[in-house]
Amino acid sequence: MSEAVAMHSAADAAESPLTPESWGKLGMWIFLAADAMSFGGLIVGYALLRHASAQWPNPAHTLGINLTAFMTFLLIVSSVTMVLSLSAIQRGDMKAFKKFLMLTILGGLIFLGCQAYEWTHLITERLPEAGLSFTTHLFATTFFVLTGFHGMHVTGGVIYNSCVLAAVSRGRYGPKHVEIAGLYWHFVDLVWILIFTFVYLI
Amino acid sequence: MTESATAHAAHAEAHHELGFVRKYLFSTDHKMIGRQFLFLGLFMLIIGGLLAMMMRWELAWPETNIPLMGWVPEPYMYGGILPPQTYNAFFTMHATIMIFFVVMPIMVGGFGNFLIPLMIGAGDMAFPKLNMLSFWVGLVSGIVMLSSFFVPGGPAAGGWTSYAPLSAQASFTGVEWGQHLWIISLIILGISSLMGSINYITTVVNMRAPGMTYFRMPLTIWSLFITAILLLLALPVLTAALAMLLFDRMFGTSFFLPAGGGEPLLWQHLFWFFGHPEVYVLVLPAMGVTSDILSTLSRKPIFGYHAMAFSMIAIAFLSWVVWGHHMFVSGMNPLLGTAFMMSTMVIAIPSAIKTFNWLGTLWGGSIRFTAPMLFALGFVSNFVIGGLSGIFMAATPVDIFIHDTYYIVAHFHYVVAGIIFALFAAVYYWFPKMFGKKMSEPLGKIHFILTYIFFNLTFFPMHILGVGGHMRRIYNPTQYEFLQPLQGINHFITISAFILGVSQLFFLYNFIASLAKKRDAERNPWHANSLEWSAESPPPHGNYETTPVVYRGAYEYSSPEVAEDWLPQNRQVSGGVARAH
Repeated sequence: MSEAVAMHSAADAAESPLTPESWGKLGMWIFLAADAMSFGGLIVGYALLRHASAQWPNPAHTLGINLTAFMTFLLIVSSVTMVLSLSAIQRGDMKAFKKFLMLTILGGLIFLGCQAYEWTHLITERLPEAGLSFTTHLFATTFFVLTGFHGMHVTGGVIYNSCVLAAVSRGRYGPKHVEIAGLYWHFVDLVWILIFTFVYLI
Repeated sequence: MTESATAHAAHAEAHHELGFVRKYLFSTDHKMIGRQFLFLGLFMLIIGGLLAMMMRWELAWPETNIPLMGWVPEPYMYGGILPPQTYNAFFTMHATIMIFFVVMPIMVGGFGNFLIPLMIGAGDMAFPKLNMLSFWVGLVSGIVMLSSFFVPGGPAAGGWTSYAPLSAQASFTGVEWGQHLWIISLIILGISSLMGSINYITTVVNMRAPGMTYFRMPLTIWSLFITAILLLLALPVLTAALAMLLFDRMFGTSFFLPAGGGEPLLWQHLFWFFGHPEVYVLVLPAMGVTSDILSTLSRKPIFGYHAMAFSMIAIAFLSWVVWGHHMFVSGMNPLLGTAFMMSTMVIAIPSAIKTFNWLGTLWGGSIRFTAPMLFALGFVSNFVIGGLSGIFMAATPVDIFIHDTYYIVAHFHYVVAGIIFALFAAVYYWFPKMFGKKMSEPLGKIHFILTYIFFNLTFFPMHILGVGGHMRRIYNPTQYEFLQPLQGINHFITISAFILGVSQLFFLYNFIASLAKKRDAERNPWHANSLEWSAESPPPHGNYETTPVVYRGAYEYSSPEVAEDWLPQNRQVSGGVARAH
């Protein structure tokens, strides 16, 4: 859809468009601004609740950060492969493009797998041991809401990247669509670094 | 939509390439989507208005039978008598519907969609399918909201602000699914609005016609552009807060429940961080269309175009740092309260710039007192009253006294219900462009006179009630001895409100009758300058035969360069040089 429209619109002369190559690119930036506000709302809420709380468990002890550190590393690496896949398609190297985008998708999938494992482990073992559960303490509530909201974004990103991969393979999408998908993926990555810092480390 | 379908049956033949469904239902044409939003908003306006009428009856003659309402089953009403629970639900739904499903769909969804591509000289929005989706998701949100009238326990009854913990646990209001649906509906609306904002901003930034620089855009476009930015950044915060509230209600968490360690104040902060920009989301488009109508119909350039644009930008920035003025009595560090008081008062400056510039535009103009002009003037005068009463409440010591009284009800109706004047002005003004037909001018004038008089008779006395201590959300004022002497004012307000309501039949009749008649509007009935008037009435799919080229701003009225008293933005004057604006 956006391609056809962008082609059509770009054909008309326009006064200094900000993203003349594709309307979708600006659209994605605008979406990300809004999405940043929704994460912002949740993170500020978390900060305020934690600040007002009488006792807040030590996150590093309660949650454990070894697995999460690996997940963070994984997501950063997947951002790198996203950049490499964009660079490949811009060069016209379709084989490298496919390889790197598949690696990006794989990175997202492993991240989600780790998160599923982590959640199960927390729900069944660690949190009950600490006397916490989703409804009884805001520590657990905010943890699951924040990481869950981010996990939904990663899931969306994996689906989005898979669609881009399929559409490029059929010749319907080009480098600019990969670039737009990349914007989203880097955003999800960046948000994770913030969540990792605020929820696990501090 | 149905009316629109009838109105445009003839038009369909001209565009035989599209079937009925693609043209009227799942249309990607920004003009049809704009009309769809307009019809949705007008339909909701009737519902929101009727709710207000029933509340007014209750306040004037508490616990008596409301005429014609005997059919409503118990426990929602008892033979036409409104019980407190239903009264609470009504004021909650009245405000929710008027804000989210009347003003936003009509001003932002309706006129935003219809006018943005036309006024900047584009063929359509940047993402037409996303635009279509935005309407349909918005409609689903409206249906979910209305469906809450039919669930056990009735609709949400915690006020449109849904303050926690009242709203956070079903047992507090006795409303289970009504409040759930309220939350879900607004989350869905947030998605619809997000799609709209992305479209509006991308379209304005990328798709302006050659020569249409930012500072040649009509102020309507400036206002809608800034509104889209505010909506984009404000609504996600509300969505985040709503999600937390839904978790509290449905899954037993305690974000806002003190018993579980939560913070009720967090809701207020998040809600008003969204809520105050939201006020400007409602009022900025009204200011934009008013600016254009005042200038066109006084045949004079807008006074201080740049100041008008920059004052809207200033309002938009300031709107992020004033939310605390809604919370002066919620418990706040006095130093912080003072900071919020100062920032709120600063907003009076750009607002006053706009008001004085409107007056400056009118000064010495050859004013055409047509229906749109009268309504635009009505908006300005009501905005002045609403703006001035706002300064009282910005001052913390005064606010502590009048908080949650009818003074605030008077204030926000002068501002937010006053927007209805700009809304009517816009409908009368752009109706020929939207439907290719003119609305009746005499009926429009009668509509204005009655609306203006009875609007003021309804809302002005509320200031007096408020200072007298009349509470904002009170079911039966006569239960307090100190309010009994004021009951006469309540009778007066209620009768005025009924006449105000009945006066809207002139509009309804005029609107429907004008839709039903034959097409009679020329391209430019108001002799206006902005681009949309150079297109056909109504413009075909794609809007312009060739992309217009813009040579000047939209306000060159009574220009010495041409014989006529208007000089369209896209008209090249021979020998003339394209000027900055």
